[in-house]
Amino acid sequence: MDLLEYQGKQLLRSVGVPTPEGEAAATPEEARVAAERIGFPVAIKAQVQVGGRGKAGGIKVAANADEAEAHAAAILGMDIKGHVVRRLWVEEAADIAAEFYASFTIDRSAKRYLGMVSAEGGVEIEEVAARDPEAIAKVGVNPLVGLKDNAARALAFRGRIPAEHRKQVIAVLQKLYAAFVELDAELVEVNPLIANSRGEIVALDAKVTLDDNAEYRHKQVFEDFHEVFAVDPQEKLAKEKNLNYIKLQGEVGILGNGAGLVMSTLDVVAQAGGKAANFLDVGGGASADLIADSLEVVAGDPQVRSIFINIFGGITRGEEVAKGIVAALDRVEISQPIVVRLDGTNAEEGREILAGNPREGLHSSPTMLEAAAKAVELADAAG
Amino acid sequence: MAIYVDETTKVVVSGLTGREGQFHALRNRAYGTQVVAGVTPGKGGQDVEGIPVFDTIAEAVEVTGANTSMVFVPAPFAADACFEAADSGVELIVCITEGIPARDEAELYQYLRLRDIAMIGPNCPGVLSPGKANVGIMPTEIAAPGRVGLVSRSGTLTYQIVHELTQRGIGQSTCVGIGGDPFIGQFHIDVLRRFEADPETDMVVMVGEIGGDEEERAAEFIRDSMTKAVVGYVAGFEAPPGKKMGHAGAIISGSKGTAQAKAEALEAAGAKVGRNPTEVAEIVAGM
Repeated sequence: MDLLEYQGKQLLRSVGVPTPEGEAAATPEEARVAAERIGFPVAIKAQVQVGGRGKAGGIKVAANADEAEAHAAAILGMDIKGHVVRRLWVEEAADIAAEFYASFTIDRSAKRYLGMVSAEGGVEIEEVAARDPEAIAKVGVNPLVGLKDNAARALAFRGRIPAEHRKQVIAVLQKLYAAFVELDAELVEVNPLIANSRGEIVALDAKVTLDDNAEYRHKQVFEDFHEVFAVDPQEKLAKEKNLNYIKLQGEVGILGNGAGLVMSTLDVVAQAGGKAANFLDVGGGASADLIADSLEVVAGDPQVRSIFINIFGGITRGEEVAKGIVAALDRVEISQPIVVRLDGTNAEEGREILAGNPREGLHSSPTMLEAAAKAVELADAAG
Repeated sequence: MAIYVDETTKVVVSGLTGREGQFHALRNRAYGTQVVAGVTPGKGGQDVEGIPVFDTIAEAVEVTGANTSMVFVPAPFAADACFEAADSGVELIVCITEGIPARDEAELYQYLRLRDIAMIGPNCPGVLSPGKANVGIMPTEIAAPGRVGLVSRSGTLTYQIVHELTQRGIGQSTCVGIGGDPFIGQFHIDVLRRFEADPETDMVVMVGEIGGDEEERAAEFIRDSMTKAVVGYVAGFEAPPGKKMGHAGAIISGSKGTAQAKAEALEAAGAKVGRNPTEVAEIVAGM
């Protein structure tokens, strides 16, 4: 789960990482009240799950209550790269003496964690990496060992943190690492991590991604911070129904079992000259209910002109899948033609069930490639 | 001989008394696999259709001589069961459970590296050596004994290719589903190494998907260290960057981990690469 800035900051603050005083607000009036309580100047910051909000005008500094309210009114409802601003974070404006970068993430290639620090904060770290890779310290951390003092020191020294800030930065790194581990985070990134004029180190931004698989260990956090942010209406519907769905740009709706097979299905549709409209993995043991829900989401996409159901019966037997499809079609009205490819265990029985329940627009193909070609042909005919 | 599992495999099942564990363990036994013990803390002394249940894996190993652990327990307890297995005396762990937190998997990965124990998974369909043993959830009906090895991250995609091979009269020595998570015990390269050394395997089908750099590493191994022919397949050409495609591992970040890059790396290493499962089976049939 990707957290918003203010959510990440609240979590970091709870483990002792200094963050500016702030409050969330959903209306200009709330922003005004929050600003008055915090004291001026304040920064009014759009809370969206996308980078580049500063450039888009989503961060403004207010010197008084009227300005705070006006900025809040301007930013709320703003569209930043397809994300509509529904919430603000009002915080004391920072007095910045220096800007650094710090993060901990999972390094899947090296099979351990990775700490990164740079004295060049406040800009996209990718830009720094492209311009001067030496300016970023990278230190691998073995999960069984943790972040030892020498590793934290190496990050600060190699990241070229100035001597006068080094000790405090190292202390903050230890806390960020503790947060990364205790929260089951996939990413904890602070950019910028600032030094203010009093020499204090403060996290001015926070990008935190939590591991969805660890939700059971952090029930309260997930409950407090869970929001459905999907921009696309089909993705939103799918999320509400707990489906593994991703919207794509083509015209052939896809429904299959198993992530690998579904990815392969997108590819064969492209090879047949079409484009998939979505990725949807119904997983193992798909019930009629699940197939009905899935068909509803796929068919509800106005771009979809044909639907390709690609199922390989493994443990899930072909006749059960076929029964599921038939039951699903009784429940949901589908206007687009459907091509079903059923293969694997008991596929013959499954195909017989489909043949015994004929309906207009329902086609059955014995192989994945034939089915893909048919689905593309039907989409073209409907286009 | 096959790899990982064969007639000599003796399986102890963590979670045998659970619904899934029982269903699949009994299927594995019906296929001819020696399923010798189950483990459920607090249920020691019971049995499941004649398979004795113990409180700890170590006890099961001591009494039954089990050499392979199969883990079926729910995600919050699965990594713990794998740690327990690692200290129990088994040589191989097959962890079927999906949804284990990455932190647990990272710790487990590093712990297993300190020992001489291989782990297949987590979040995998298991290992099937047709005609010899099945440890996991792969459907056996679609497989046939033979001399082609298969390694893949994905379940149903593996089944698809195994099925297409069998339909063309091509049997398999061992089918290994290594799992879709970023931290798994055995990667393509580990499995390729075993196939290269296996006298009963003549050729290998390697199935990859987007994300990470394991396929690229495997390609280097194929180029430098393999004498046996490899036929490759990579899924996910149409997958957009930055989206998680079902498997936690299947995500393209930046320009890295694309299907195109992986397929090119395999071809450059001398592997023939099929564009879809059918083409893969056709290439194998033609060799």
